[in-house]
Amino acid sequence: MSVQRLFHASAPPAELLIRGAHVLDPRSGLDAPHDVLVRNGAIAELGAPGALPAPDGTDVVEGEGLHLFPAFFDPHVHLRTPGQEHKETLATGTAAAAAGGYCGIVAMPNTAPTLDSAPLLRALTAQAEREAAVPVGFMPAITVGLQGSDLSEMAELRDAGAVGFTDDGKPVVSAGMLRRAFQYQRLTGGVLGLHEEEPSLSGHGVMHEGAVSARLGMAGIPSISESTMVARDAALAAYEQGRAHFQHLSCVESVEALAAWKAAGAHVSGEVSPHHLTLTDEAVRSLDSRFKMNPPLRAETDRRALIDGLRDGTIECVATDHAPHARHEKEVPFEEAPMGVTGLETAFPVLYTDLVLPGVLPLSLIVERMTAGAALLELPTPRIAVDAPANLVLLDLAAEWEVGARGYASKSENSCFEGRTLRGVVRMTVAAGAVVHRAAVEAAA
Amino acid sequence: MTADPRHLLSIDDLDREGIERILDRAASFAEVAGREIKKVPALRGRTVVNLFYEASTRTSSSFELAAKRLSADVVSVRAATSSVTKGESLKDTVQTLTAYDPAAIVIRSPHAGAAQLVARWTDAAVVNAGDGKHEHPTQALLDVYTLRRRLGALDGKRIWIVGDVLHSRVARSDILAFARMGAKVTVSGPPTLIPRGIEALGCEVAPTLDRLAEADVVYVLRMQNERMHEAYVPSLREYATRYQVNAARLQPHQLLMHPGPVNRGVELSADAIDSPQALIAQQVEAGVVVRMAVLYELLAGGPGEAAAAEVAPEAVALA
Repeated sequence: MSVQRLFHASAPPAELLIRGAHVLDPRSGLDAPHDVLVRNGAIAELGAPGALPAPDGTDVVEGEGLHLFPAFFDPHVHLRTPGQEHKETLATGTAAAAAGGYCGIVAMPNTAPTLDSAPLLRALTAQAEREAAVPVGFMPAITVGLQGSDLSEMAELRDAGAVGFTDDGKPVVSAGMLRRAFQYQRLTGGVLGLHEEEPSLSGHGVMHEGAVSARLGMAGIPSISESTMVARDAALAAYEQGRAHFQHLSCVESVEALAAWKAAGAHVSGEVSPHHLTLTDEAVRSLDSRFKMNPPLRAETDRRALIDGLRDGTIECVATDHAPHARHEKEVPFEEAPMGVTGLETAFPVLYTDLVLPGVLPLSLIVERMTAGAALLELPTPRIAVDAPANLVLLDLAAEWEVGARGYASKSENSCFEGRTLRGVVRMTVAAGAVVHRAAVEAAA
Repeated sequence: MTADPRHLLSIDDLDREGIERILDRAASFAEVAGREIKKVPALRGRTVVNLFYEASTRTSSSFELAAKRLSADVVSVRAATSSVTKGESLKDTVQTLTAYDPAAIVIRSPHAGAAQLVARWTDAAVVNAGDGKHEHPTQALLDVYTLRRRLGALDGKRIWIVGDVLHSRVARSDILAFARMGAKVTVSGPPTLIPRGIEALGCEVAPTLDRLAEADVVYVLRMQNERMHEAYVPSLREYATRYQVNAARLQPHQLLMHPGPVNRGVELSADAIDSPQALIAQQVEAGVVVRMAVLYELLAGGPGEAAAAEVAPEAVALA
């Protein structure tokens, strides 16, 4: 019996006929208008547009002019539960995921207390089964209390449903400690997610080290603080034949290190956030704390290297690093503000508007990279295929919306895209066979 | 002025013309400073709040004096004695002070961007009196004022800024202001204390003082003791050996400046401080009139305000 690793509240299985939407699933070779019939929460039939009759009791959705993708999967979010429910809860975080078109998200363990024990994990999975609109997985801590000195009880945690392990928010500073974790991983399985930062280089830095930090007089976080650790830990993974996933990569040197170690045969992967793909440290000139996150927004050369890495597959997936903070926590001088920005509700529209529409990356690649995180964490990939569970996102790619104008499903509003007009509105999200989000369609103009 | 002309948050808020207008105004106030009664009625009945989150002697006292000489009512709030120490946020403090309907809020903060934030939360004019290691625009204005009095226009003048540029808001504002006035700026100091990318502000970097003789002006920054503990330099002794500006290094044609307070025997030798080339006392003196000019420009002046122009200095006789 395999261990359950994704948890959500039960919801009635969808009975849906989505008519005539442009179906795009690169893995299934679909890129044309189809009718898609969902029965009892699973994809029952694909047909030519207008070809499928609606069985009794089926909700018919007119999809003409809309796009239907496999719903997205985010391997990296912060749901702030337990302990910081004023920022986000399982209910609000998964509502944000549903609004953003996600059918699965994986929560980080830097909660209060740290998610580092099986009893706490069991409590959280039980809570997710009551509150989570969208399936949630949990990655408990590699080391107890994220302190870097003792391994958490990884085997027991794994049996209790841990997707993998991470000290995200902090690096595992000691190479010896991380080596032990890779050795122990042979017993437990599960990917080790690594937040890479050499603390003696990042110091008290609050933004990327470069011309902008020099101008603003703020302590910089040099790109080598990340890339030296990527290189070190990829070497450790290779030596121990471990499995490492590098979180939120931000700079050209990290992409190069990842590519080199992949070429050398290390079992390593990487993720990148929509904000690192579309913004640079120039945004920090505004001194607005909504542009403060770790790793920081970096230079244009870094941004381009991340795009190239995503295009050529060096970086396999997009992850939002959704990191909600309360308004009063962010409404302070930049250096004082906590690191982190929200991302679930804007990820696809940002990438579509800033990378797909200008022709930088093809739409099919974005869809592939926004769903690839699941397999990297050894979870099932959302697919549009007959008999697959219905994990679908229906989007209007022609529609525009202003970020924040109607508030957020997230409990927090610290989006670095606030006020931007983006293309791409999520009309409906189906996750694990249930309709979890449905936008009110405005009267035709 | 560019940006939001209601505030002075950064030297970037001022173009060359804006700087010159403030300095010309300051020169007219210098005449007032020479009188027995040093007040003008320009801001009578208006309130200036000084909100200082950092220890400061010369900046806070000169802002206070500047506001008083313009006849404003002055409220000075210091972090150590206010509810700030009880954990009140900057936003709440500003909103509380805004209840007094201040015409201007002068803010000093250990954090970059604090003045920008305050400007978002109040209708008052906001003057940045130093925010973190970011900017100290009124210091730069008084430095330009002091140099203009001695040198005339700064066009083509070579100005070297020596020392801990990394941790200096004065250096950042000065680089911008000196460059805007046409000077050629070079920064010099230990490579550990020169921020990566500083050239983007419009200056050159020289790792040693070997070419210091080419400077018309040597602007020396304060070297703080705590930098020793952070291993930026091995010792003050070694720092002084390589970077102290002293009589042996200072050429007779050069002017010497320092934002104060000076560490005698560290970044400057006593003979240099006390030399006739040193403009350190003139800088302090300029502080009051330049800050009067800034408050006046923001609250009573501005381009094309004919009515305001009547207030000074002709109206001085009324005071």
